[in-house]
Parts: sequence; structure tokens; C-alpha cells
Amino acid sequence: MSAHAGGYSADPRVRPIEWLPWTLALAGFFLLPEYLSLGARILIYILYALSLDLILGYAGIITLGHSAYFGLGAYVAGILAAKTGITDPMVQLVAAAAAGALLGLTTGAIILRTKALTLLMLTLAITSVCLEIANKATNLTGGADGLSGVVVAPVLGLFRFDIFGRTAYLYCLVVLWAGWWLVRRMIYSPFGTSLTGVRENSLRMHAIGAPVYWRLVLVYTLSATIAGIAGGLLTQTSQFVGLNVLSFESAGELLVMLILGGVGRIYGAFVGPVVYLIAQDLFAKQFPEYWGFGIGVMLVLVVMFARGGILGILDALQVRLRRKS
Amino acid sequence: MSVALETHSLCKSFGALTVADDIDFRLHTGARHALIGPNGAGKTTFVNMLMGALAPSSGRIVLGGEDITAAGQAARVKRGLGRTFQINALFRRLSVLDNVALGVAERRGVARRMLRAASAHGEVRDESMELLATLGLAEDAGERILDLPYGKQRLVEIAIALGLKPKVLLLDEPAAGVPSVESHRILQVLDKLPEHIAILIIEHDMDLVFRFAQRITVLVQGEVLVEGPPEEIARDRRVHQVYLGEQRHG
Repeated sequence: MSAHAGGYSADPRVRPIEWLPWTLALAGFFLLPEYLSLGARILIYILYALSLDLILGYAGIITLGHSAYFGLGAYVAGILAAKTGITDPMVQLVAAAAAGALLGLTTGAIILRTKALTLLMLTLAITSVCLEIANKATNLTGGADGLSGVVVAPVLGLFRFDIFGRTAYLYCLVVLWAGWWLVRRMIYSPFGTSLTGVRENSLRMHAIGAPVYWRLVLVYTLSATIAGIAGGLLTQTSQFVGLNVLSFESAGELLVMLILGGVGRIYGAFVGPVVYLIAQDLFAKQFPEYWGFGIGVMLVLVVMFARGGILGILDALQVRLRRKS
Repeated sequence: MSVALETHSLCKSFGALTVADDIDFRLHTGARHALIGPNGAGKTTFVNMLMGALAPSSGRIVLGGEDITAAGQAARVKRGLGRTFQINALFRRLSVLDNVALGVAERRGVARRMLRAASAHGEVRDESMELLATLGLAEDAGERILDLPYGKQRLVEIAIALGLKPKVLLLDEPAAGVPSVESHRILQVLDKLPEHIAILIIEHDMDLVFRFAQRITVLVQGEVLVEGPPEEIARDRRVHQVYLGEQRHG
């Protein structure tokens, strides 16, 4: 599960260990049927984190506003389902993706002309603006009360969303697999390698004639599209949209998950949300008043002692074992 | 001999400070031209303007007969302008091969492709390896830049620029920071550069300049002080006063 990076000598074939998450996910479906709702939520957050990893880990775009695209996707799917009677989950998901892409393109084209702190502030501003619009547009979004009455038809006309979360889990798993395949393919492509080049040294990328700005806008748009899909999935599986999907806390939480798992590694986006959401669930059950404290301690430990996140620790252990043997 | 690159009355000011003042400059096809001058003379500013990293306050830049003053960096590179940096600007955590391949892929129009693996583009890898072999870096292809000695890093700088197949190559102090025992390797490489490439070298190492250049331009406080063949520059009293001190060359 070491860091995945493209390059002109990198082997793009899927390694055996990369099937582990999918095997575990399928095993979870059969072995932990009472946790499928939490499982579906975890799968959605993995997809969401994967979208962030694409821009933060590979292209080096720092953001605290990714919830804008996630939230927009969630609201578009919800509004279609609750207000217009469009209940087909595929149509809702395509609309969520398109909305994420459009917002990603328009905002990315503006904010990616800036860097560092200015960029960070602008990403925050975009989220704040979206949150306020959702808060005020009560007719469409339900405002602070949230958007309920979300109706989602059976997937492909065959698989009805059930109370146990079975359909939701498998549906999210399939969409996540497609997202993973796309992101992984992109990272190993010349485009992905050039993104790494931008992250490593944008000055040199300019000097070799790369259209750095447009490449960043493109990856930002793709990332926003995936985040929009993740948001749409959340609406479809929970059949409710609350303002929290657009909040700064949501974007910050996502960043924490990714850092926890390991940035720029693809599978950091898998490990982070799993550990974070399970820990959150456990802490909330055991220490309802202090669960945030437990998460905070965990993050401090990771940031202080394992800059590469949990996967970074595993990598370091692997290197040590190799040296010993 | 045709003119590969020329500037007409090129000026750059930052407020009241003028760092390039009315520079008229010509670089002929296949030329080996050096730009020298004391620190702060405006040499790197001049290169940055040529590359499009810095917009001139006034004046024109013409590449191969085409006005590129308003063109962006990417467009200039595509029209045949390449450069190296005074301070290494490499992809430090990437391999030597990927450092060169990124440039080759850009030139070949491969870099924007998304779904086919980079390693499946054998033509990019082969060309990059060939280039590294000509610079004596083939054995280091898999090494990360971080793990490479500084002298070799300077050679990678040149390799990246050559991967763009430039018509005009701007070398900004290629031997900067390289111990004198290793700088001869840089000079060997410079001597073997394809003859059709027009080269403008900025360098403080006067031995390297006088061995390499067929023509020298001396820049002082943003202005061209004098231009001529090395032996003429070495004899010029003004050059001795402002730059060379009492050193003698030629």
C-alpha cells in the first residue's frame, strides 16, 4: 500500500495487495450486516477523500473548501428527488456530478490564479457563500431544517434501497470502485505525472512549456465532479440533506481523514475515513461528551509522529523489516 | 547567418529601479554567445524576460522572425525556446528519468493524456533514456534527484532543456555551485551540444566563458556595455574596470 505515484517507469498494474480493500469491503457486507449503513457512509467518505487526494496529494492544491462541491452534489440530487420528482438514482448522480463539475470549473478558473494562503482563503469563501445560499434558499433546500422527502427509485429499476442498507452499501461500493479506477488510471497517466511535476516544481513546469494553470483547472474540475458524486450518494443513501454537508467543519473533517490515512497515496483516502469514522462511532458511544477529544489526540499523534499518516507508518515499518532481513 | 533570437529596446523597471535599459541584442543560429556582468547587472532578469517569466516594461522580443513579446511561457517553449536555471529547479522527489521525460512528453503532446499509463508511452521513455545516455547519466536514470550529487543535478538541468529540442537554449550559470574539478564535465557537455542550437550562456566562471563563447555581451546595470569576440572583450579596459578586475584572458 506504499505511495502510488505515476511516472514513465512506474508499473501501472494493480498489485495483489490493492485488492485487499475490496475484499474487506465485500467481507464486511456478509459478516457485518448490522453496520451496513455506517459502511455505506464510510464508502462515500472514501470517494470524497479520494477526490481531495487527487488535488491535494497529487497536484498540491491546498483547500479547505471541498465541501462546496460535495454539498452541491448532495443538494442537487436531493432537490431533483424531493422537488422535481426525478427519482432515478443514475440521473440524480449524473446531475450531482455535472453540478460539481460546473462549480469546480467556474470557481477553479478563478481561485487557481492564486496560491498558498490566498488560495486557502478563497476556498473557504466559496464554501461559506454556498452554505449561505443553501441556508437562505429555504424553498429549495429546506434551509436550516434540511431537505427531507428525498425519494430514490430502485437502482436500475431492480434494487430497492432497504432499511438495512444492503442496496446502499453495494451501490456505494460500485460507484467507489468506478471512482477509484478512474483516479488510479489518471495518476499513472502522463497527465497524473505532470500533476506531480506541478506539485514538485511549478516553475520548472512552466519552463518546459506545460500549461500549468489549465492543467490545475482540469484536475480541480475532475476532483469537484467526484466530490459532487459523493455528495449525491450521501443524499441517496440517507434520503436527507442537511446544511452540514456544506460546512467548513465537513471540509476540515475530510482533510483530517486524508491526513490520518496519508496524503498522495490513493489508499490513504481509504484508510483515513475508515479509521476516522469508526473511531468517531466508538468514541461517540463510549464517551458521548468527549468524542472530539479522542479524535483530536489521534490526529495530534499522527501529525507529530507519522507525517505520512497511517500508511506512512506502515511504509516505514516495511522499510525497517527489509533492512533487518 | 540567420538571427535566431533578438530583442529591440528591451526595458524593465520596477518602480524607479531600471533593471534592463534599452537592450538591443542578437543571437544568431548556432551561436555560442555569453552574457556576462557583475552581480545585479540584470542578466537573469533579461533571461526571464526572454522566457516570458517576466513581462518587459517596453521593447520587443523576436524569436525566429516572430514577435513573441506577448506570448506566454508555454507558447515560447513550443516555438523553440529552452532554458536552465541558475539555482536548480528540478523535480527533486522524482527520478532522473521522469525529470527529463516530463519535458519530452510536453514537447510530444503526450502529457495531457489521462487514461493510458505513462509507462506505456515507450517513445517518451526511450527518447529520455537516449538523451540521458548522451550526457552520461543513463546509469542514474532511476535515482531520485535528491540522491544525486550536485554536479549531476546541473547536468539534469541541461538534459531537461535539451528534451524540449530547443532552437535557442538559455543557460543560466550552468556551472554555478559546481566544484571546479567537476565543472570540466559541464564544459564537455556544452561542447557537445548540437551545433544548430543557438546558445546564450550566463556564467561567472570566466575560464568557462572564454573557452566556450564565440561572442560575449557585457551587461552592466541593465545596459549593454560592450559586445564582441572574447579576445576583444578581454582587452577592453571598461570591462576590466567594471567586471574583470585585473584578470587577463585570451
